[in-house]
Amino acid sequence: MHTTKTGWGLLAPALLWIVAFFTVPMALMVAVSLWSREKGKIVQTWDLGNYANFLEKSYFMQGLVNSLEITALVTIISVLLAYPLAWIIAEQVPARFRRLALILAILPFWTSYVVRSYSWLLVLGKGGIVNQTLLSIGLIAEPLEIASTRAATVIGFVHFFTMLLTLTIYANLVQLPPNYRRAAADLGASGLQTFRHVILPLTLPGIMVGAFLTFVLCIGDYITPQILGGNNELTLPQIIMLQIGRRADFPMASAIALILMSVVTVAYIACARWLRLERV
Amino acid sequence: MFRALLTSASVLAFATAAHATEELNALIWCDHADPGLLEPFETANNAKVNVREYEGTGSALALLEQSRPGDWDVFVIDGIDVPRAIDLDLLAELPRDALPMDDIFPEVRMEELNGRDGKIYAVTEKFGYNTIAYNSSKVDPEDMKDASIVFSDKYAGRIAVYDYYLPVMGMVQMAKGGQTATMTETDVSAMQEDLFKLKDNATGVFGVVAAQTALATGEADIVVGGGEWLTAVLSEEQPELDWVIPDAGAVRWSQSIGVFKDSTKQDLALKFVQYILSPEGQARLATSSCYWAMPANAQAGNELTDAQKAALRWDEQAGYLANTQLYPAPDEDLDIAMQDAWAEMLQR
Repeated sequence: MHTTKTGWGLLAPALLWIVAFFTVPMALMVAVSLWSREKGKIVQTWDLGNYANFLEKSYFMQGLVNSLEITALVTIISVLLAYPLAWIIAEQVPARFRRLALILAILPFWTSYVVRSYSWLLVLGKGGIVNQTLLSIGLIAEPLEIASTRAATVIGFVHFFTMLLTLTIYANLVQLPPNYRRAAADLGASGLQTFRHVILPLTLPGIMVGAFLTFVLCIGDYITPQILGGNNELTLPQIIMLQIGRRADFPMASAIALILMSVVTVAYIACARWLRLERV
Repeated sequence: MFRALLTSASVLAFATAAHATEELNALIWCDHADPGLLEPFETANNAKVNVREYEGTGSALALLEQSRPGDWDVFVIDGIDVPRAIDLDLLAELPRDALPMDDIFPEVRMEELNGRDGKIYAVTEKFGYNTIAYNSSKVDPEDMKDASIVFSDKYAGRIAVYDYYLPVMGMVQMAKGGQTATMTETDVSAMQEDLFKLKDNATGVFGVVAAQTALATGEADIVVGGGEWLTAVLSEEQPELDWVIPDAGAVRWSQSIGVFKDSTKQDLALKFVQYILSPEGQARLATSSCYWAMPANAQAGNELTDAQKAALRWDEQAGYLANTQLYPAPDEDLDIAMQDAWAEMLQR
């Protein structure tokens, strides 16, 4: 009995924290999403009108599709770029330079997210360094439309998330004992077979944790698509802001936010098997 | 030793008291954050103005809902949204006699928006135009006088659109020969194809900073919804950036200033409003570092330099005011219809 009380006592701070900062806000958000905004005022009667509205108006659903497409593209490209980079740092860079390599890898995190996005806008613009270089070497005759497109949004995201994924994959790679590779080689496995059957499965938790973080942060991001996408398509966070900016329609914004959260939950369930943080 | 310490402590306490300032909390648009605007008021009144910028009246109202009564003293608000603030009983009545009402350009006094039942709750402090801004070295300035040019293919891919549905849809309404004040949901449905065409011709739909950047860097040669607020601040470095009110007219925007009813510093807040509306405050506000636009007080002309007045097109205001309409002030249903049409356009 005494042990049970002590256990609850020790657990209480964490429980209080979760209730105060997660359960209660989440319950409030669900409640607000069931309210409505009529004649400039919030009406606190509960119905599913906001969710029906989401299904009725095509631009909401298109926003969800845009968000999923961009997020999937960013996650896949970031993983494909981050894995070799992490492997090079873990395996090819001499131990005494690894710390420096990691610092260089996380350097983009040191600048403001907004400043970084505007910088990309200048780099990718018609007069930016990318177009000027391609023009000067004669690869193109007219500047390419890169800024204010989905490609610009994806580039901005990939620049950030590749570094995040590099860290999670690197952390996994350096934990692998070299004996595993030697054993595979002794058993006749080629380099490719060793990677496919030994290294990749063992580093999957690192990939999945990084990919999940990328997915969550990317699908909920407002700044990058707003600055780099040029509003040429809307993602769900942009649509949420549209509800709030002028009309302050918090019930509709809450409903969309919960739909976004449901998508993230589905993604979590899909990856849960590999999301073992203790192995990263 | 002890006496020296005591003396030092007394001097310090006195100095601290001498520097004690009263603080004013203002919910503002970015032009009011310019230290060059605030500093004369702060010095004259031994006060500190704490500013909080916001974008969109909805965001400001949300912020107010989360604040305690008395947290905020001064409110800078979109002119068309003053009635919303009055409906919500947010604003204090302002003493007409204490304000330079007769010096405000008659066309922008708009007491029907700033007041109710003969009382005034806010005063127009600055105004400008959502019209066509362009790079005169890249496009034919004569073309820019035709509002329909942005729907044609001539400048396709060289147009940026300002990301705010009220002024841009107001401009489309005027280009089609309509009135902004009488816009209906039927009008909104009728302009959807024009909005799609505008989007097809545009490189992007940008906020203030991005629209300015697009025009300055050559990403776009025309900004639909732009105006002096976009180009005047760049007039010295890039004089080729210009703006025009098309023959079909353009949309006029305005911002008002008022005092919160629950402010506990009514006197200081009123002094701030008086300063902002004074010729000196108006000249500084008109040429604030965030964006330039016309001061509402006609006497501010005496405080502005010739170059500043030229950039603001001071001498042409009479013609502009005659050929512009206040941008739409939609009710709830029309606002939803406009926002839906805008979102459909963005998703195209």
